[in-house]
Amino acid sequence: MEKPLTQHIVPGRAPLSLKEYEKVGGYQSVRKILKKMTPQEVQALVKESDLKGRGGAGFNTGLKWSFVPMGPDTATPKYLVANADEMEPGTFKDRVLLEGNPHQLIEGMIVAAYAIQASISYVFLRWAYKVAAREITKAIQEAYDAGYLGQNILGSGFNLDMHLHTGVGRYMCGEETALLNALEGKRANPRAKPPFPQVSGLFGKPTIVNNVETLCCLPHIVNNGAEWFKGLGLTADAGTKLFGVSGRVKTPGCWELPMGTTIREILEDYAGGMQDGYLFRGLLPGGASTDFLVEEHLDLPMDYSSIQAAGSRMGTGTMIIMDDQTCPVGFTLNLQHFFAQESCGFCTPCREGLPWVEKILLAIDKGEGKPEHLLTLDFHTKYLGPGNTFCALAPGAMEPLQSALKYFREDFERHIHEHHCPWSKAKAWQPSI
Amino acid sequence: MLTAEEKHQIDHEISLVPAPKNACIEALKIVQQNHGWISDESLKDVADYVGMSSAELDSVATFYNLIFRRPVGRHVILLCDSISCYVMGYEGIKEALHEKLNIQYGQTTADGRFTLLPNCCLGTCDCAPALMIDNDLYRNLTVEQLDEILNKYT
Repeated sequence: MEKPLTQHIVPGRAPLSLKEYEKVGGYQSVRKILKKMTPQEVQALVKESDLKGRGGAGFNTGLKWSFVPMGPDTATPKYLVANADEMEPGTFKDRVLLEGNPHQLIEGMIVAAYAIQASISYVFLRWAYKVAAREITKAIQEAYDAGYLGQNILGSGFNLDMHLHTGVGRYMCGEETALLNALEGKRANPRAKPPFPQVSGLFGKPTIVNNVETLCCLPHIVNNGAEWFKGLGLTADAGTKLFGVSGRVKTPGCWELPMGTTIREILEDYAGGMQDGYLFRGLLPGGASTDFLVEEHLDLPMDYSSIQAAGSRMGTGTMIIMDDQTCPVGFTLNLQHFFAQESCGFCTPCREGLPWVEKILLAIDKGEGKPEHLLTLDFHTKYLGPGNTFCALAPGAMEPLQSALKYFREDFERHIHEHHCPWSKAKAWQPSI
Repeated sequence: MLTAEEKHQIDHEISLVPAPKNACIEALKIVQQNHGWISDESLKDVADYVGMSSAELDSVATFYNLIFRRPVGRHVILLCDSISCYVMGYEGIKEALHEKLNIQYGQTTADGRFTLLPNCCLGTCDCAPALMIDNDLYRNLTVEQLDEILNKYT
């Protein structure tokens, strides 16, 4: 099985130095594009490879790039930003790539920057990733020293600077326009679209924001071609994917597997199945903002279209397992507390609706719920849904709520009828502060 | 008053962006690194230096979880309270920390040694529960490990 993204990552071992990385073929894609390909050809290749954004949205990367104005009359400088603000609860896949092989990310960023003719690039890294910050800083310096970054890269006339920016903690920073505001030294509120960042992004200039895993795919696509990349997937979606599992399984972790590997295979063959004494009840397939899937979905392939057809989203591909000893109301309350806390407060439905949802869930969890509370929650899943809020935060928050109300409604009703949490001895969750 | 060294570091950050105010978050980070937190006085110093009003800078400073506008202890404990750590029982860790340190979330120990804060997902969900103290990450936590971990910090 091919594992292009993680083939040089050995847990517990320091990442490859630039010299070691070059020995295993590192930076070959940079040499290839600078010598043999036009930016438009790189864009076309990536579009043809059907690489989709690995940050959760799943949009065709080459298509996203194609909206950047090209040619001599366009605004400069153009910017490329690697979104390394991995803050989706339950998600820990980019950490593996950032800590394990920073040169692969830098190489991918050079490819992306060349394709859109960006001359300045940033790695927007979340503050908590201290090891990654150290390794990336070192790797960027090595890349400058070797002439892969800076002026006139490898004598091609192409220039690219790269900076590491560490955030100061806010989930909103993962939203690409909010991330750009954070980079500009502002509150990380999302921006109105249009204009899209491709036309007017960082400091008002054309900008592309790509996820770390997306960028790490690029060197391999350049080296091996679009058909090879498409062939890696088992289903209609191309490439490999970093899948993760957390919760009460025997061996939680993160593995690079073909796109389209079934949920059951990931859970049983890689995560080792449920821990003894715990039964599977449901899972969030791709982070906190994705709809629950249950037993009947376990044979679904993990790819964008299959998971969407089942009413959820593949999201980041890192699954969170809910076991039978975890209260579904408490689980949902924990998620909604997170979203209510991380709402930027800019638009009213999100600012007011999420704390309301949290308050109701807390009442239900404490045994103070009323039957009409479920109707209020149902109402919110519509009212805070897509199209009613300024960005995707609140609709994302409603995904696990609406599916919890669908699959675990009896558990919600039991709390209300019995006036207490049936799991209360196992766990009673109280929001912090 | 900003020190000469702080000004030097902030000047470097300003040199990388179109306007001085674009470097305001970096400037806050630099000052917080030295003082542990951002006092009203520090806020005004930074605001003056990058050409913003104190109110405008405070709107930025208070937006972010890790710019501290109140004093913190010598070490800050950030306990992950997100979903994977919830499933794996972080509450036991929380209760033990409350008991051992005699503080609740948002409080600092009487000797100024620790401040305890809840924190969103630390991105190490396969090794939950987890917490960070200063720059150090601790994973697969059990209550039994806490004394040894806390004793490393004076």
